[in-house]
This record gives sequence, structure tokens and C-alpha cells, in this order.
Amino acid sequence: MEDQLRDMAVKLFKDGSVDVIIGYQDGTLPLRASPCLIRSAEHADKLVWNMSCDSNLATYLLPFAKANPESKIGVIAKGCDSRSIVGLIKERQIEREQVFVIGVNCKGMIDRHRLEADLDGAEILEAHLDGDSLTLSISGNPASSIEHPVSSIIHSSCSACEHKSPVLYDVLIGEPDAEADVNPYELVEAIESQTADERWEHFMSEMSKCIRCYACREACPFCYCSQCFIDQNQPQWFGKTTELSDTMIFHLVRAFHVAGRCVNCGACARACPMGVDLVSLTKKLEKDMKELFGYMAGMDVEELAPFATFKEDDPQEFITEPE
Amino acid sequence: MSEDWEPKIVAFLCTWCSYAGADLAGISRLQYPPNVRIIRVPCSGRLDPFYIIKALQRGADGVLVSGCHPGDCHYISGNYAARRRFAILKGLLEYVGIEPDRVQFTWVSAAEAERFAKIMRKITADIKALGPAKRLVKDYSMFSNQLSAVSKAEC
Repeated sequence: MEDQLRDMAVKLFKDGSVDVIIGYQDGTLPLRASPCLIRSAEHADKLVWNMSCDSNLATYLLPFAKANPESKIGVIAKGCDSRSIVGLIKERQIEREQVFVIGVNCKGMIDRHRLEADLDGAEILEAHLDGDSLTLSISGNPASSIEHPVSSIIHSSCSACEHKSPVLYDVLIGEPDAEADVNPYELVEAIESQTADERWEHFMSEMSKCIRCYACREACPFCYCSQCFIDQNQPQWFGKTTELSDTMIFHLVRAFHVAGRCVNCGACARACPMGVDLVSLTKKLEKDMKELFGYMAGMDVEELAPFATFKEDDPQEFITEPE
Repeated sequence: MSEDWEPKIVAFLCTWCSYAGADLAGISRLQYPPNVRIIRVPCSGRLDPFYIIKALQRGADGVLVSGCHPGDCHYISGNYAARRRFAILKGLLEYVGIEPDRVQFTWVSAAEAERFAKIMRKITADIKALGPAKRLVKDYSMFSNQLSAVSKAEC
């Protein structure tokens, strides 16, 4: 697939379909592909595609497209990236004509936090991914080489993903995976079945890890506000401290701000250095949007966003009635 | 919880229906508990979820939002837009463990003084049953200790 991707990139540069391609290259550490800009055909061989290409390239597409309105931008998009691009087009942040979407079929991304937990503190020196098998050489005395099953370290947002194939593309690379029979809301339902006290404890313990670095916000394609509510200080709505109430509120309001827009790519959770479970918050909002308003983000450019429209018979069971 | 604890409830009322309903309840001398602090807003659609969460963070024991009945909005569709936001917000707050009765939404028209008084009685009873709010409430004591230390040093 990687070869197909590179050949496609060369072809697109040659026939002038794109001026630049936003894709992934090998990062400086194993299993950490990083986003890159390819500006000519001779650099196309830098492009990689594997299960560590976990950032959402729509996040990089938006500022680049705004800064370079004249250039035609190719972007490599897996299912969630393409849905983010749909969302950004819908919100009139980017023009469809300016973007050439190189769709890639995705098999899910690796969750580094889970892998690190499995390795029990050992450092990954080298990693080799071949299909579903992952061979790691890890630090230790002496350094050793181990096989690790990939299926057990797929990121939670990916194992709950229903749209691994791109929904919007100009070319498509790779074969789609057989439709897996997943319950996308397993994680959410497990939390919903707990008591309010347990849920509160769960989220408090998650949020207590947060160091307020805002990596989640920076990684999110939809957190493009020029001034985030949390940076605002006139008026200052919410504190910037790591006091639990402040942290919890930051994550609640951030989740609410992306409600009905978030495509659950999981970029926020993967960007988090502390491993805070943000997927169960965003996934809950996706579930509610689907159940209450029959809306799934990022599927259709023409469909109105749920908060941009209403129906007269929207559900209102939550409205208090006097006894 | 002490016996004489009285909850503080913040009520955001839209100026066209619910606030007028509250006004009529007052004019009609209807009895309802004095625990509610009313904040008048132009429309329930004006309400940013910030307001609700901020009220909870600053120690409100309950928050009520009331607007015009669906179809009666002065701005045609403000309350419809608000209803969608509140449905999602309420689901999210309950999901993280905020008690469902802590934050409530309702419709009260300008003619429904009796309904307004009943809602006030109901929400006050609900919040009394829940007890003082603890979740999301920010502990400012550490800041006030620091402040008093600073002001003492300055004296």
C-alpha cells in the first residue's frame, strides 16, 4: 500500500493535480509516524503508511489551506481524516476544490499507551510492522526482541470505528477491511451502566491525570477557534489551574464544543501525554447525537449540523413538568 | 447536612415568557420558596452552557433554565435551538456523574404563574433532597488563604 501511495503521489505531482501533499513520514522514534509536507515528486518516497500514522491530517490541512489559498493541496486521509475534512468543508473552513483527498483504507491505529503498559517500562528501540505482526526490539539487559500481537493494542477509538474507509476522496488506495461487527458504544455503555457515584469517581480519576498541556486541543481538527474559551481572560470563564473542578470543566466544555462535529478520530486521546481517556467523553456525545437527532458527524457535506437546525418534535423528555 | 441548610438555586429565565410568568406569580401573590435567584436572559437560546457550568462551579446547588414553550419563542426558534443544546448538555453532565435533578430545564409562558410557582416548589424540593452540591464545585479556600496572606504582608 505504501508503494501505491508513493506512486500515486508521483503521478499527482507530474500531472499537476497537487502542489503539495500532506502525509506521514517516519518519525524520530519507532512507531511514531509524523505529519510531513511533500512539495515535489522526488520527495514522494518519504511518504509512509502504517498503523502508527495516527495524527489527524485535517488538523494540519486547515491552517495550511488558510495560509496558502492559491495552492492545491493533496492530503492523505483515512476514514476519520476524511470525515474531518467533510466537517471542515461543511463549516466553510476549507474549499472542496482546494483539496485533493487521497483516501486510504485504514485498519486502525496503535495505542502507544497500551503498548507501553504491556512493555512494563522497557523502551522500544526498533519496531517492525508487517501486516498484523509487530516485532519489537526493546531495551533491557540484554536488549531483546519480542513479537507483540497488534490486535490487542488497537486504539479504543479505532476498535469502535464504523467508518474505516474514507467517505470523501478523489482517489482511493488499498482494499477496505471486511466490515467488522462492532458495537461502537461498548465503552460508553459500560460507563452508563455504572451508578452516578462510580461515574464521577471514574472521570475524576481520569481528569486528575491531566496536566493542562492542551495537546488534545492542538491535535483536534475542530478546535480551530482563534481564541479558545480557556485562553480567554476577559471575562475569564474558567480557571487554568489543575484543580480538579477546573480540569473537569475544561474537558466537559471542550467535548461540548465539538459535539456533533467530532468524528471520534481519537487524535486528542493519542496526543495526550498522560493517557487521559477522552474517547469515552467524545463517544458519548456521538451516541447522543445519533440517538436524539439521528446525526452522524462527517458523513455528508450537505447535511446541516445538529446544532444548526432543529425539528419541532425533537425529544424533550428531560423537560421538568410540575407534579 | 445541617438542619437549616437552604439550597441556592440559579434560575435563568427568558425575558419574554418565563420572566413574565415569574412576574405574574409575584403580582398574583403566589407562594413559592425563596431559594431561587433569578437571572433574566433575552432568550433561552441565549444561554451558553458556560453559564450553567459556571453556576455549578461557583457553588449553586441547582440550576434551572426556563424559556417559552416550543412554538412560542419571541425569536421564532431560539428555544428549539436551546432544546437541542440542553438535551446534549444534560446527557453529558449526567454521564460524568452530576445528579440528574441538579440541572433542570422547563417551559413557562407569561400566563403560567401557577406553573412557575409549582416548578419552583418542585425544584427546591428536588435540590433539598439531593443536599448541597459537591461535584464540579471549585474550592476557592486555598486562594482566599493566599490572598489574606498577601494582604497581611502588605499591611
